Amino acid sequence: MSAEVAYQKVFGYPESLKPAQTHYCPGCGHSIAHRLVAECLDELGMREKTIGVPPVGCAVLAYNYFNFDMVEAPHGRALAVATGIKRVHPDKLVLTYQGDGDLAAIGTAETIHAANRGEKITTIFINNAIYGMTGGQMAPTTTLGQVATTAPGGREPERHGRPIDISRMLAVSDGTVYIERCSLTSVKNIRKAKKAIMKAFRAQLDGLGFTLVELLSPCPTNWKMTPKAAWEWIDTEMVKTYPLGVIKDNTGYEDKK
Amino acid sequence: MPSEKMLMRGSNVVGEAAVRAGCRYYFGYPITPQNELPEYLSWRLPEVGGTFIQAESEIASINMVMGAAAAGARVMTSSSSPGIALKQEGISYMAGQELPCVVANMMRGGPGLGNIAPSAADYFQATRGGGNGDYRTPTLAPAGGQELAEMVFVAFDLADTYRTPVMLLGDGLMGQVMEPVVFPDPIDPASLPQKDYILDGCEGRDPRAIYSLILDPPALMEHNLKLQAKYDLIAEKEVRYDTVELDDAEIIVVAYGTAARIAEEAVHELRAQGHAAGIFRPITLWPYPKQQLRELARDGRKVAVFELSLGQMVEDVILSVGERAPIYFYGVPGGVIPTPADVTDFLHSALADDGKVGRRIEV
Repeated sequence: MSAEVAYQKVFGYPESLKPAQTHYCPGCGHSIAHRLVAECLDELGMREKTIGVPPVGCAVLAYNYFNFDMVEAPHGRALAVATGIKRVHPDKLVLTYQGDGDLAAIGTAETIHAANRGEKITTIFINNAIYGMTGGQMAPTTTLGQVATTAPGGREPERHGRPIDISRMLAVSDGTVYIERCSLTSVKNIRKAKKAIMKAFRAQLDGLGFTLVELLSPCPTNWKMTPKAAWEWIDTEMVKTYPLGVIKDNTGYEDKK
Repeated sequence: MPSEKMLMRGSNVVGEAAVRAGCRYYFGYPITPQNELPEYLSWRLPEVGGTFIQAESEIASINMVMGAAAAGARVMTSSSSPGIALKQEGISYMAGQELPCVVANMMRGGPGLGNIAPSAADYFQATRGGGNGDYRTPTLAPAGGQELAEMVFVAFDLADTYRTPVMLLGDGLMGQVMEPVVFPDPIDPASLPQKDYILDGCEGRDPRAIYSLILDPPALMEHNLKLQAKYDLIAEKEVRYDTVELDDAEIIVVAYGTAARIAEEAVHELRAQGHAAGIFRPITLWPYPKQQLRELARDGRKVAVFELSLGQMVEDVILSVGERAPIYFYGVPGGVIPTPADVTDFLHSALADDGKVGRRIEV
């Protein structure tokens, strides 16, 4: 047996990620989500056929980390920009990577209409229930009672309005084929999230319609928690507002057990 | 081959010219008085394998334009005044990202919703940058008809040559009026020069990123200086204007677009009455033909500015002419279209310096 086959690489840095150090805080979910997207693109062999749109928010610099073509969109407009790209390059995998403020506040109209047109685009929706980059202000997805710098006494329904469940809203539209909510809080959940992203990409490549994977993602810095406590908060509190699981699946794919 | 002579509505002229200029992507949102343009392209683009999307808003449509431009396409959008205001965010981003596109504005009365009558009160919006940051938008102001068709071709070429959004500034009248037009040779999009910055998947090359965020101040300064060098080059090379009977003129009427066509009637009337009047008509509003106008403002000539607004372009005339010649201004806002006789009265008043119509500008 030669040396070449004696050692096989079984784990490494995904090719779809640049070997860069990110600016994300310790315990942040973005790094995990980036890696999952990159692993899926690698496994699909799609890195060189992918065009991505990062958000305005903490992941605004995602083009420094993802190793494929990317164009930055104005705040909230990622799915409009992605629509333009996909219509020019229908053969490419087009993804947006958006936070809750980008997707579900300032960009709500673009989100709903791209989904409703059934654009063959996949959205990776990072829901951390807070505005991260601007320093912890209330997000559209901030849960009731959750403290934010612009809701210092905690979110109250009468004063601030209720948290928005945009994934469930999008599921109503016939343009969407697959929407699943996962979390980034344990090996088990992270593996599940990867499967969901794979499925969404696959559905896009099969031309089925709009797909979205929502990832409940920890923000220890702005939640003012340790990374471990942040995971626990997602598992015990955040899932009450945003229950995990498949919200819609019209792909017709049979899940491998 | 150029087309046969056709009788077409101005908005449709823009649409057909865009298709013939190689544009295959249009994203827009309805607003009066330019709806004929998206309506035309909604069937015309699919006919040539192109894409038309009626977006959910002006904001979404300019961002679809951004995506298509990043993907390498010749792409355009159109709207009218308040709709253009909504697109300014995207225009600023595309200026920063150095992405090409054409934005047509068929102006109406303002501010706010204003009205749907033809006006020309968006000169500042177009030439001074309605969006944020240090950038310029090359702005073409055809006088309608044949020139409208030709300027669409010029707009796409400028956009691609300089990697910048380009504004085509018409008005509601120009969009509605039917005029004869001969379209230039059609361009096959596949024959256009390859772009080395576009996103089409990074097969066989390093990934590309297109963005306007540059956090490091010295690096953003460099980027701003690079953009400025480009704007300086455009200002040097791309100035366009037209003149009518200026050689012996004692009074120069400065007007653009529809106003220039009204002024032309007034000038003929004045000539018939024995006054040597002529027209200086800027076609590029930015870059403004400053030097050319400045050189004409001599020998005791008077400069009479006529606008379908309360005085926006007149500021560029002041910057061009300074104290070299007396400047008079007559403007009608709100979508009211003066007759050639109104402009004739203004010119008589300017010649007599009697202040009866319009006013003399104190520089």
